[in-house]
Parts: sequence; structure tokens; C-alpha cells
Amino acid sequence: MEESLLGAPVAGPLSRMEALIEANRCLTCYDAPCIAACPTGIDIPSFIKKIATGNMLGSARTILSANPLGASCARVCPTAELCEGACVYAADATPIRIGDLQRYATDWLMANDRELFVAGPATGKRVAIVGAGPAGLSAARELARAGHAVTLFERRAEPGGLNTYGIVPFRLPVDVARWEAAQIARLGVEIRTGVNVGDDIAASDLLAQYDAVVLAVGMGAVPTLGIPGEDLRGVEDALDVIERAKFGRPVALGQRVAVIGAGNTAIDAATTSRRLGAEFVTMWYRRGPAEMTAYPFEIAFARSEGVGFRFHRAPQRIDGVDGAVTSLTFAQTMVIEGKPIPVPGTHETVEVDTVIRAIGQSKLSALFAQFGVVHERGIPVVDEHLRTSNARVYAAGDCIFRSGMTDAMVVVAAQQGKDVAAHIDRALGGVTA
Amino acid sequence: MADLSIDLAGIRSPNPFWLASAPPTNSGYQVMRAFKAGWGGAVWKTLGDPIVNVTSRFAGIGYGTGRMMGMNNIELITDRPLEDNLREIAECKAAYPDRAIIASLMMEMSRERWHDLVNAVQAVPIDGFELNFGCPHGMSERGMGSAVGQDPELIELCTRWVVEVSRVPVIVKLTPNITDVRVAARAAVRGGAHAISMINTINSLIGVDLESWNPVPNVDGRGAHGGYCGPAVKPIALNMVADCARDAQVRIPISGIGGIATWKDAAEFMLMGSSTVQVCTSVMHHGFGIVEDMIDGLSNYLDERGIGSVREIVGKSVPKFGDWNDLSLDYRIVASIDPLSCIGCNKCYIACEDAAHQCIDRLTDPLGETTLVVDSEHCVGCNLCQMVCPVEDCITMVRVDDGSKATTWRDRSLAPAT
Ligand SMILES: Cc1cc2nc3c(=O)[nH]c(=O)nc-3n(C[C@H](O)[C@H](O)[C@H](O)COP(=O)(O)OP(=O)(O)OC[C@H]3O[C@@H](n4cnc5c(N)ncnc54)[C@H](O)[C@@H]3O)c2cc1C
Ligand SMILES: Cc1cc2nc3c(=O)[nH]c(=O)nc-3n(C[C@H](O)[C@H](O)[C@H](O)COP(=O)(O)O)c2cc1C
Ligand code: SF4
Repeated sequence: MEESLLGAPVAGPLSRMEALIEANRCLTCYDAPCIAACPTGIDIPSFIKKIATGNMLGSARTILSANPLGASCARVCPTAELCEGACVYAADATPIRIGDLQRYATDWLMANDRELFVAGPATGKRVAIVGAGPAGLSAARELARAGHAVTLFERRAEPGGLNTYGIVPFRLPVDVARWEAAQIARLGVEIRTGVNVGDDIAASDLLAQYDAVVLAVGMGAVPTLGIPGEDLRGVEDALDVIERAKFGRPVALGQRVAVIGAGNTAIDAATTSRRLGAEFVTMWYRRGPAEMTAYPFEIAFARSEGVGFRFHRAPQRIDGVDGAVTSLTFAQTMVIEGKPIPVPGTHETVEVDTVIRAIGQSKLSALFAQFGVVHERGIPVVDEHLRTSNARVYAAGDCIFRSGMTDAMVVVAAQQGKDVAAHIDRALGGVTA
Repeated sequence: MADLSIDLAGIRSPNPFWLASAPPTNSGYQVMRAFKAGWGGAVWKTLGDPIVNVTSRFAGIGYGTGRMMGMNNIELITDRPLEDNLREIAECKAAYPDRAIIASLMMEMSRERWHDLVNAVQAVPIDGFELNFGCPHGMSERGMGSAVGQDPELIELCTRWVVEVSRVPVIVKLTPNITDVRVAARAAVRGGAHAISMINTINSLIGVDLESWNPVPNVDGRGAHGGYCGPAVKPIALNMVADCARDAQVRIPISGIGGIATWKDAAEFMLMGSSTVQVCTSVMHHGFGIVEDMIDGLSNYLDERGIGSVREIVGKSVPKFGDWNDLSLDYRIVASIDPLSCIGCNKCYIACEDAAHQCIDRLTDPLGETTLVVDSEHCVGCNLCQMVCPVEDCITMVRVDDGSKATTWRDRSLAPAT
């Protein structure tokens, strides 16, 4: 495995000189549009000014007080769509490299250990959070700052959610996700890993032991395609491929890889495959280029990594020899009223040895049912306080993500974590404004 | 190409760009390089009695990532033997006979010793003298430099001593560390000076090091005030030049110094009455090569306006500069913001709101777009919004009075009480 390529970051950190030049270029707008464009509302001109004045501690604090996941967001946020897209320079000049400056400040904090936040005076209230991904961690920090005793239940061996297991290492190294979780543990938050809520501990137990519960469980595995041949050797789940690559575990990829899907996960699976050494990697999508949900910068990145794209193709059948994949057969599609319909008699068969499913993530309906939470096709129904049909159960992050809303993003999960914490604090009699 | 040659009280040079007396004119080697690069003249590093310099000597102050917006120094006059300097002056003059070489001088308050120095120096071919009555540190504690420049009687006396024996024009270099520079300039005129130059450096302390709490710069942990110069001092220097240029009791040519970095700065100094300009800090920052664009930019500027000689612009803005009491109280401009070029940084809004007259409104249209609109009834036309706007020509100041009246404060005070 080519460890070096997998770990080689897409963008390096700013040098001190670059950071100072860039920080000084910021206009310090009043009521700056970048702040409004950040889902967590980081006071961007302020943290940038602090870099310019050499107040690195203050800069990091400004970022992290608004966004507990500020270090990972600095690396994974689609900034062109968010803060940098709103920068007043964006139209006629080069926008300020906000993400890179945010990374500069948070890297400083990672290198210079400082305690930025402390737990509030104990309220005697207990909150359980299910899922230690971005949403759960963010909620945990804010609840701890408000003085509540917080326990995070995480089924995986490590906290961090997709930051730890799902976002490709060349954009987000595991160490950053680990550091971020450690900052939250520092506030006295108990993180119980390896506990699968619903199996290892019943929903009713949590409800009995805690004053409030937050469901921040994200989503599940990539669903199957529902076509013949999916049980053949060589058919993979995109998240599984990325995770194994991220943790340096062996990934048995062939030389001809077909990635099914065209969203962010598909892009990540495709680029990871290339970096793992696959010669031919093609993304197959049942709609046209304009309908791809991946961001333009991601598509450009995938192309630059040597990934090919084929459109209007829906997989029909996977064939194999001796139990291993040898070919994949597609039908051509026509998009009619937004729906891709296979055109009969338009079969195309390509020789592949690996098929990676990257068509989104499944919903964790069973768990919601255990908590007695009303859900619509696996998505818990929440009110404007992120409260579910069970008055003591709240939900945040990807698990309440509905397509058509915002994108599933770490920064949105972080903000929802803050929001849910504020709502719970108020419900438990706290003073959060 | 426009004629850039200039004549300052009989000192001629092919262009108005001279090096100020400072480190860039420390040696023949440097002055040769400068002349090769195109400089029209050089005022040699001040000659006088031997001194001992300290280390360190300079400190700079930046703005944002811009370095050396200003610098200060605690360096003294030349630390090289007089004979070496004189020999090199002669060599430079022989190699570049068309360039002006001016010898800067400083001496204790003794007529005889001034005479000796003048005579020794004018034994080599020089085009003029410049008397350093401006150095604000070190030498002033010994009764020289700005200690002379701050006392009109001493300026007059010293100047007279030099003029008595000098065979070349004498320029008196003034210190800005004084309340009214015209008083010093008039003293130089009374002493017989042929021209004045200004400014020398301004008393300053650049900073304090936040780790050691030492002054910056420091010599083994101690500091002393130094002389401030560089782009940051330009407005102070320009004002002093303009004050002297419009003074009826001065009326001798001026060589402008202080913060000049570009041809534009030079042109401004010339419009305000300088016949030549002198540069120190910008050369210390960027080297002699900056003169290329100074020459090129100035001549293009003149050519585009059909002006044949740079001499034609000298002093042209002086009549437009005077007392506040002569400004029209009826002239009225208001800000106007071009919504098409506005990038939405709101800098003008917050500046007017917090620091001017609260007359920029942020209006939200039905589509949710915010536009900035000036309340022209209450706008006082202060220019602040235009100054903070990062977009060129986005905010313009528009005249709103009809120009029919121009009452000044002076008119008002003279008007009979009603
Ligand atoms: C491949 C990929 C790439 C991505 N790239 C980006 C990107 O570049 N930028 C960006 O902003 N976003 C990206 N995202 C989206 C982003 O990762 C998510 O929006 C974000 O992680 C959501 O956070 P979350 O806390 O809601 O869920 P998750 O990160 O999914 O965390 C949920 C946690 O809950 C745990 N859990 C689930 N069920 C249980 C249970 N029963 N008991 C205990 N624990 C449980 C899970 O193990 C997990 O740790 C990407 C997503 C994927 C899949
Ligand atoms: C390091 C240094 C040494 C200087 N030495 C002298 C000097 O010996 N004699 C003198 O008349 N002026 C001296 N000056 C002042 C300059 O000639 C000039 O008046 C001043 O720097 C302002 O011009 P500037 O803004 O272009 O630097 C010195 C300035 C500096 C920075
Ligand atoms: S000119 Fe001054 S008073 Fe008028 S709008 Fe601009 S800042 Fe306000």
C-alpha cells in the first residue's frame, strides 16, 4: 500500500509568512458576510485579525468557542460554498483563504497545548449522548460548559464519527479527529467507546438514568445496489474502503475499479482507490454531470487524481468467475421528470475487478424505534428545538439530515450539536441564552 | 521626453532626484553605484569631527505586512576619515561631472573650526554645501545638529560663518523638531543661505520589545531617542515644505526631504515648492534601483500633460495652500456610493456610524439584498467613508452647493455685526 500517497495532504499548511500576508489582506468587514455564511457563525474577521496581531491563543479561542470542531472544519469544510464564497473579495479578487487560516490557528493550538474551556458549575443534571461524531461531541462540549454531567456512548472503538473513520486521510488525518475528541473529554465528559446503544445498553436504561438523551448517531452503512452479483468478492462498501485505508488496514482492490455514485462519498472512494494504486478508476452515475451532488472543487480534484466519469449509466448486474467480480453491466438511462429510467435494450458491459458502492448511507430506524421516537423513513421528526416526539429525547447531525436541506457537513453537525445543547440546557433549567 | 534637469540656487543636476545625506552616501563606492543607476545628485554623508557609532543603530515599523513604513536611527555622522571622503568625492565628480555632489557638514559652534572644515572640503570639486542642523540624536547632546537647528540665532550665526568662506551655494538643512519651521528657515535666510532643505529626522522611539521590555532599538539593553523617517513622515515633511514655500520671508529654493518613495511623492513635493527632492529610507529599503521608475514615472507624467520641463511644476500648488480661515464655508460635498462597485464590506457604514455622523443607512430590498445609501442631508462631507472604502472610485464625493458663494471664516469675522 502506498502509505505516502494516502497521507499526502491535498493542501499543505500555510507557512507563517503566508499566514501573515493572508491575515493582513483581510479587510475586517463590518457585519462580515463570511460570518453569516459559516453555519457555526465563527467571528472570522476577529480570528484573522488575531493572527495578524500575533494573538494565536485568542485566535484559536475565537474559532473553537463558536465551533468545537474548528480544527477538522478548517480542513474539510467546502469553504468555496461557505465562508470563502461569501468573502467580499470573491467577485473581483481572490477571497481570503479562511479555511487555511483557520487551520493555521488550530494547528497552533494543537502544537501548543492550552486549556481553552472549562466545565461549568455542576447542575446535577445528566445527559446521555448517543454517537461521538461531530454532532455528539459538539453537544457534549456545550452541555459540559453549562455544567451538566455528560456521557457519550459510542459504538466504535474511537470517538470522532466520520471524522475519524470516514473522511479521507489526505483531507483529515485521524490525529486531528482524535485531538478534537480529547479536548472535549478534557471537560470531564465521559466517552464510553465500544458501547452499541440498543444492543449493549437498552434505550429504556438510558431514559431511566439520564435527564435527557441526544441521538447523534449519524447514518449507517452504504445500502446495497439491489442487483444480482453483489455477494461476489470484489464488491465493496465505500465507507469500508476508506476506513481501512485510513487505518492502514489491507484493502484488496483490483486494477479496474467501478465506483457507483457521484456524491462526496463516491468521490472520496474513487480518489482513495487511485491513491491505493488502482490503475483505472471510473465513477458511474445514473444521471448527468449537472445532477452530481459532489462539489465542483471535489470533481476537479477527482479528475486531477485521474478518476474518470461516465454518466447516464445504471448498474444492472455484476458477473464473476470463481466467486470474484469480472464484469459489470449497465443500462443507459434517460432522466424523465428528474428520475433516471433505464432505457430497455441498451446494455453495456465493462470489465472490472472491483465494484464500490457509494450511493449514500442507510438510516438507523431500529434504534429510533427503541427510543419511541417517531421517524419518517428513518429520519427522526424533530421540532424547532431539535426535540423528538419523546420529550426527553433530542436528535442532531446527519441522523436528521434530509436531502434537499443543507448538505451533510461536519460544520452543520457541529452547529446542531451546539443548538441541541442550548435547547436541553434551557429545558433542564439552565441559563443558555 | 520632458526635461527633468533642475537648478537649485545654482546647483544643477540632470534630474531632481538626489540621495539624502545618510548611509547610502557613505562612500564613493555607493555614490558611484547610485549615479550609475541614474540619481541626479548626492548629498554626502555628513562630514565633521571623528565620532564613534554604537550598535545597533536602526529600527523599523511596519503596517500590516508592509515593512518599514517608518524607521528610526541613532547613527551619527560619518565615521570615516575626512581625507578618504574627500578623495572619493573627487573621484565621483570626475566620473560623473554632470551630477551634483553636495557636501553635508557639521561642526561645533566655533567660527574658526567651521571655516577650516569648509575650506578643507571645498578643496575638492563640490557643487554645494548642506549644513546639518537637523540630526536630533547624539550630536545634539554635544551642541550640534538639531541643537543648532532649534535656535534661530545659532542657525543664523553658523550659516553666516559658512557663507563667509564658501565658494559654492550653501543649503541649510532644517530640523522638524521645532514648533514653527518658518522661524528656522527665516534665520537661515538672514544668515545668507542660498537654499534650505527639510526635513531631517523626527525625535522618536520605535517601540518596546515585549519579551525583554527593552527599548527598540537598544544598545545592550538601553535605548535613546532616535530620528524618524520613511514614508510615514511624508505628510509632516510636505507640510513643512509648503509652509516655507509660502512664507514671504523665506523665498529661497527648497530641497524637499522626508518619506519620498515614488515619483508621485516627488511630484507632490515639487508642486508644493521643492526644486529637488532627497531620498534616504526608500533607498535603504529597496536599493538605488528605485530611481528608474522615479525618472520614468515623472517624465511620463509630464509628457502626458504636455509639460516640457519639470521646472514648470515647481511651486504650482503653493498658492492653493494656506490658512484654515481662508477656506470656503459654503463649499459642500456629500458622499455617493456606487451600488454596482460596492463589494459589501460595510467598512464605510461602520466608520460613519461609529466615528462620523451616522449618515450611511443599510437598506434591505425586498430580495434581501443590502445596499448602503448615504443620507445626503446629514452627510458632512468629511471623506471618511471614501478613505476606508477598499474599492477604487466606489465612493465619490459629489459637490452639492451651487458655487455661488464662498464665504470664509475671515470674511465672517470681518463682516459688521448685525
Ligand atoms: C466519505 C465521507 C466524506 C465526507 N466528507 C466531508 C467533508 O469533506 N466535509 C464535510 O463537512 N462533511 C463531510 N462528510 C459529512 C460528515 O462527515 C458528516 O456530516 C458528519 O460526520 C456528521 O456528523 P454526525 O455526528 O451527525 O454523524 P457521524 O459522524 O456519522 O457520527 C455518528 C456516530 O454515532 C455512532 N453511532 C451510531 N449508532 C450508534 C449506536 N447505536 N450506539 C453508539 N454509537 C452509535 C457512530 O459510530 C458514529 O461515531 C463526509 C461524509 C462521508 C461519508
Ligand atoms: C540611518 C540614517 C542616518 C542619517 N544620517 C544623516 C546624516 O548623517 N546627515 C543628515 O543630514 N541626515 C541624516 N539622515 C537623515 C536623512 O538624510 C533624511 O533627512 C531623513 O532620513 C528623511 O528622509 P527619508 O524619509 O527619505 O529617509 C540620516 C537618516 C538615516 C535613516
Ligand atoms: S462623508 Fe463623512 S459624514 Fe458623509 S457619509 Fe461619508 S463618513 Fe459619513
